This record gives sequence, C-alpha cells and structure tokens, in this order.
Amino acid sequence: MSILVQEQQPAANPFQAPRTAHNARRRVSNIAIVVLSLLATAFAVAVLLYLLLYVLRAGLPYINIDLFTKIPTPNGEPGGGIGNAIQGSLILVGLASLFGIPLGLFTGIYLAEFGGRGAFATGVRFLVDVLTGVPTIIFGLIAWVYIVVPQQSFSGLAGGVALGIIMIPIVARTSEEVLRLVPKELREASLALGATESRTILRVVIPAASSGIITGIVLAMARVAGETAPLLMTAFGNPFFNSDITQPMESLPHTIFTFAESPYQAQINQSFAGALVLIVLILLTSFAIRWATGGFKQRGR
Amino acid sequence: MSIQVRNLNVWYGRAQALYDVNLTIESRGATAIIGPSGCGKSTFVRSLNRLHEEIAGGRVEGEVLIDDINIYARSIKPMYVRRHIGMVFQRPNPLPASSIFENVAIGLRLNGMARGGALKEIVQRSLEQAALWDEVKDRLGESASQLSGGQQQRLCIARALAIEPKIILMDEPASALDPIATFQIEELMRELRNSYPVVIVTHNMQQAARVAEKTAFFLQGRLIEVGETGKFFSRPEKKETEDYISGRFS
Amino acid sequence: MQQSLSGARSVARLLGGGSRRLSDLLFRGFTMLLVLFVIVIIAAVVWVLVSNSMPTIQQFGLSFLTNQAFDPVHDVYGVGPAIFGTLVTSAFAIIFAVPIGVGTAIFLVDFCPRALRAPLAFIVELLAAVPSVIYGLFGFLVLAPWLQSTGEPWLQKYLGFLPFFQGQFHGLSLFSAGVILVIMVLPLITSVSREVILTTPSAQREALLALGATRWEVIRHAVLPYARIGITGGVILALGRALGETMAVTMVVGNQTSPIGPGLFNTGYTLASVIANQFNEATPGLFFSAVIEAGLLVFIITLLTNIIARILIYRMGHRVGGLTT
Repeated sequence: MSILVQEQQPAANPFQAPRTAHNARRRVSNIAIVVLSLLATAFAVAVLLYLLLYVLRAGLPYINIDLFTKIPTPNGEPGGGIGNAIQGSLILVGLASLFGIPLGLFTGIYLAEFGGRGAFATGVRFLVDVLTGVPTIIFGLIAWVYIVVPQQSFSGLAGGVALGIIMIPIVARTSEEVLRLVPKELREASLALGATESRTILRVVIPAASSGIITGIVLAMARVAGETAPLLMTAFGNPFFNSDITQPMESLPHTIFTFAESPYQAQINQSFAGALVLIVLILLTSFAIRWATGGFKQRGR
Repeated sequence: MSIQVRNLNVWYGRAQALYDVNLTIESRGATAIIGPSGCGKSTFVRSLNRLHEEIAGGRVEGEVLIDDINIYARSIKPMYVRRHIGMVFQRPNPLPASSIFENVAIGLRLNGMARGGALKEIVQRSLEQAALWDEVKDRLGESASQLSGGQQQRLCIARALAIEPKIILMDEPASALDPIATFQIEELMRELRNSYPVVIVTHNMQQAARVAEKTAFFLQGRLIEVGETGKFFSRPEKKETEDYISGRFS
Repeated sequence: MQQSLSGARSVARLLGGGSRRLSDLLFRGFTMLLVLFVIVIIAAVVWVLVSNSMPTIQQFGLSFLTNQAFDPVHDVYGVGPAIFGTLVTSAFAIIFAVPIGVGTAIFLVDFCPRALRAPLAFIVELLAAVPSVIYGLFGFLVLAPWLQSTGEPWLQKYLGFLPFFQGQFHGLSLFSAGVILVIMVLPLITSVSREVILTTPSAQREALLALGATRWEVIRHAVLPYARIGITGGVILALGRALGETMAVTMVVGNQTSPIGPGLFNTGYTLASVIANQFNEATPGLFFSAVIEAGLLVFIITLLTNIIARILIYRMGHRVGGLTT
C-alpha cells in the first residue's frame, strides 16, 4: 500500500489543497455562499411555518360547530359564528366557476387546438398572460360598473363575475398546456376512424387531458376562494345568511378582513378562526394537486 | 506520470457500470478507449478525474493511482484532483458569455495560477498548442460563441492545456464535428500525445487506429482487452474484441 | 397540428358526409364566441378605466401624479403620496426579496440534501398560495405591533444614522408594508430562479468542474450568466406583483399621509390601497373619477412590468410554468 507513505508528506502530494491565501479565499467564499443560501432558505421556511403555526394557535380554539352554523353577533358579543361568510364563499366560488371555467377552458381549447401559431392566437395568448398580472381589484371595478350600478345594489352575482374573470387566465393557461401534451397520434387515430373534429376534441382529447384540466380548475378555485379586493365593491358583505345572488353577500376573506380590524376581541378571534379554515382549505388543495400530479417526485439534478 | 487503475468498480445508484477494471496508462502517448454504446467508456474516463461523483448516485470503489498517489484517498478532495486533469467533452462547451481570452484564462484565474502578463503568456501558449492562436489572435475579446464548432473544441482544448494538466482526457471530442474539424482535432491529438498521457474515448475504430498507440476495449462494463493498437486490430486475443472489430455489433 | 388534422380530415371526409361538418362548425363557432367574449372583457376593463377617469384626467392632467392632496372636501385630487408609497414599498420588497429568493433557489438546486429538495421547494411555494388577506391579518395584528414596539426601535438604535430609520415609530407604516411584500414576492422569485437554474445545461457546469472549480465558482461562472435573463424576468414579475398588491398592503400601510421623505417608519398609502379604501366612499364626480384614475395607473404600471417580464422570460427560450401567481 504505497499510498499511505505518500499521504504523510502533504508537500509532495499535488492533489492536496494548496496552502495559499488564494485557495483559502476560495474555500471561504464557497462556505460563505453555502451558509448565506442556507440562511435565506431557512428564513423563507421559518416565516411560513411561523405564520401557519400562529394562525393555528390563534384560530384553533375558536373552531367549533357554531363557527360554521351561526351568524355574527351584534356588537361583538361572544358567540356567534361566520356561517354567513362560509355560505357566501361557497356560493361565490360556485358562481365564479360557472362563469370562469367555460370561458377559460374554451379559450384554452382554442389556443391548443385551433389557434396554433397564428397572429390572432398569439395575441389572445398574450392578452391572457397579461390578464394574470392585473391586480384583482380592477376586476371588481368592472363588475361594479356593469352589474352593481345598473342593479343599484351590491350583489353576489357581481362578486361571482369578478372572481370568474380572475379564474379565466388560470384555467385557460393550464388547459392549453395539458391539451398540447396530448399526443397527436391520438387525434389522428380518432379522425381516421371517421370522428369529426369536434367529437375528437370532446370525446378523445379532453378526456385524455382531464386530470390536468381539473388540476387547473381546482387551482383557480382555490385562488379565488381567498380573494378579497374585488369583493369590496361587488358582493360587499352581509351580516346575515343570504343565498340570493342579487343581494350583497358575505365571504370568508371579507370577514377575515373586517373582523381583523374590529375593536372586539371576539371578532378578532373569529377572524383567525376563519383564516385557519381558509388556509387549511388551500393547503389541502395544494397537497391534493401535488399528489395527483406526482409533484413530490424528485426533479432536476 | 503513469496512471494505474486498480480494481475499479463504478455505480450509478444501484446499477453497476464498471466491473473490476485494471489498467495502466503510460506517462506519454495516447490510449484509445473503444466499445459499443453503454459499455462504460465515458464512465471510465469520468472516474479518472472524479467527475463521476457529481452525478446523483454516482459511486466509485477501487483505486486510481496517479504517480503512485491514490486520487480516491479519503483525504483528497475531488476538486484538487480535477485541477490537475484536463478534460475535453463530446460537445464543445466554451462559456458562451465569456470572451475567447477569458475562456482560456478561467482555469488559471480560478486556481490562482497566474495573473497579468504571465496570464496572457500562458493563454497565448495554450492557444498555440491547440493550433488556434493564428485564427483568434486578433479577436481575443470576442465572444466564444462566434467560433465554429471545430474552433470551439480547440478552444476547449486550449482551456484544458492552460492549467498544465498531468493527463488529458477526451470524451469523443470529434463526434460532434464535421470531417475537416475532426481531422484538425486528430492532428492535435497526435501532437499532444508526445507531451502528455492522453486518454481518448471514441466509437470510431479508425480514429483509434490513427491516433492512439494503445487501445482498450470495454464491453458491458468490463475491460476485455488492451494492447498495442496495431496488434489489437489485426490480431485481437479475445473473441469479443474480434466480434466488435469486425462489426458484429456496435 | 393543423396539417395533421387536415390530412386526417380529408380521410374522414371521404368516409363521412356533410352533416359532420355542421357539428364542427358549431363547435368552432361556440369556441370562438367564448374567446371573443374574453377579449371583450379585457377591452371592457380598459374602457371602464379610461372613460371613468376622464374627468380627473381633464381637470388635473399630469399634476394628478404629483399633487400631494387627496382631498374630497375641496375636490382637489392627487396621488403623489400614493405613487411614492407604491414605489417605496415595492422597491424595498425587491431589494430584500431578490437576494433571499435567489439565495434560496441556489440552495435548493445546488446545496440542499437531495431528500429535502422537493419538500422545501414545496414549502416555499406554499408561501405563494397564502391569500393576501391572511398576510394582511398577520401583518396587522402581529407584525405591525411587534415592529412598533421592538423592531423599529432596534433599527433606530443601531442603524439610526440612516435617514430611512429616523423619525417616529409607527406599526402601520411603509416599513411594515415593505416587509410583508418581501414575504409575498419571495416565493415567486424563488420559483422562477429555481426553474431557470435547473435548466442550465450540465455541459457548462461540467466544463467548470473539470477545471477544478468550487461549487460556488461553478454557480458564478456557469449558472448565473446563463440564468441571468430569466431571473431578471422573474424579478420584474415580482415587482409587478408588489406594485399591484392590495389587501395585505392596505391593512398595514397606515393609510394616512405623511410628508414625503425617506423615513420608512412613516405611515403612507399606495395606489392600490387608495382604491380599496376610497372606492365605497367616493361620491360621483371628481372623487370617483380620481379613484378610478388611480386604478388606471395601477393597471398601466402592472401591465408594463408584466409585458417586460414576459419578453425577458420568453427570450430564455421556454415558457416558465407555474407562474400562476
């Protein structure tokens, strides 16, 4: 084993780290970057965990049946719940889906199946992409002008429409992406069997892409479930249960907002409870999407 | 500067890629590594400069002795092994955002080997050695991506030469190049083998015959036969070697 | 795609008859109808914003951007402080979120133990899924009070020579808004940077490794030059996000004017918070028009940053997915 003899004389071994200042600097830089990037990651992770745990601790004690079934008490008296907000959110997200899913899905179908690389399609794609960057409060303004004003009343309908517009680009983009992934051999086989183009798309291509499309829809729904700003001037808010979409409607994020700034501790507690419900909902959908699309598998190097 | 490979076993995760390889490479001259795809030639060469470990799940057992020092010894960091070994890859990979000069200089700068005037001299010398100096001496500041494929590969060779390597490893260096560029690279290999031990992976047996004094044949992770190139191709000892050479499989 | 469809369609036509083409036409027609409707919606957005801000545009012109007062009583409107607040909080957010975000991305790709990579990346992305109002809740009830009692005094004690940290402490301040925005744009920068770093060709990395480079040197010379454009695109996207962020900022920024100056502990407001706060108060006429014009400004700003960002990202040669935030 001639190796041992050599290693005990580091000066003779060119493969040992040279003891120069330059080299020491290199080692230090390397370690410094590892440490700094680790700290950055730790910061991001710590913030999230702290936030989640705080909301958990502040909200969990107030999660009970009443929270979901009762409406807020006047003047912040203890008791009551935010059932109206939960009901309102369910209705609003449902409305938004009715409006946003077809518009988004068919835009995605257009872009993937008919548009190709044409100028018009590129324009549409661009507009849809740009739509994602617009602050959502702007969509509230639109719904306000076109629904609230003519109706002379805040309404769940206006809120649903505003949220629906937010859903359109999310659904459109994810649908387009998954539809493109469907192999063209599948389409050709269907057409060669005599199916029409529309049948091919409806019966063959879309089902093939269905899991991705559903993922996009669920993502969009989770996203709008947490939106507040557009509802400030559309659904506005309602201290009572209300299933009439032509009337103002409460929503979970809106309640979180108003109760957070309330002078009453009971309402602050309910705000945290509501926040916990919302976060759990979103966490569950995130996990479900990840799990369904195999996102937990390793990727990259 | 001899290289001795002893009982080299290499894995990708659970899959073993090289089995018990034993080989000696002389301090001067070119050794060609040939074999069908997937036989482990690239893996072998990447084990010589400890590049294999950078892959997820890459594992090496055995010894590689360079000048009687085992580069896989526990106390030795891969980084300082690679610093002494030059490698040229299948696809030329100069840094596209850097100038021609910087591309050659980077190894020197990183390892603190030279500065200023000395740096410029070494860069020039390396480019001359790589037969590229005349073509680029007036445009050293231009981006490396302006060069042709053959020129880029010679740039990569210059980059490897600049750090005064003990060994030069070449992993199918001409396979992505046109015939003229290939010819130039082969000329270069014949030059370099006079001053360095050069290990060349190639799937082109004629190239091996043209360039290398010694040839080694790998099959399914094992070293089947190694010998002087002339004898290797005319009278191979093992049947598998003969089958490969006569094109029974490739 | 088109060609394969038309080729197969000729076959289908041979096999089928005229009635099949009707259903295709209907389907196409229906699809186009919906697409047109989407375009109409986008056009309506622009139209509503522009037409409803005309009164103040005509009345104040460019001075709207610089007027200090948002004064319904005297019917004089200006969003100078709002623009100031928007720029300050967003700049603050970017300045701190970029090193943290890029640093996190580098860690996740290069240094993190392999088993932890996917879970940690997931956790960071979760930050993006938390709704704005919950950040607002947290900021309002937890962060702001803490900053006022502990954070800001500490900063003034040790870094008080900087004009940023001078002045009276407010929990609800530009500083709090800035901090919340850092957290909110962090996941976006991290995920874009990470995606871009992952696509760095391994050939570049290997070239540097073969020369005996340290991990950091590989990142510095092979990865970052390649990833620079994409990361910049991500940063600009994040900037757009910060500029338009409404709820979280509204809840912590204070919503009162302070004299425009470098002090970060002052209260302030942003364009988005103006809309959120004033919309339902606004009486028809100039007041309302002013609020809408603030919306128009936010729209234009976010539109521009978005366009620039996407041009940069597309130039990297691929569409970086997952940018739903």
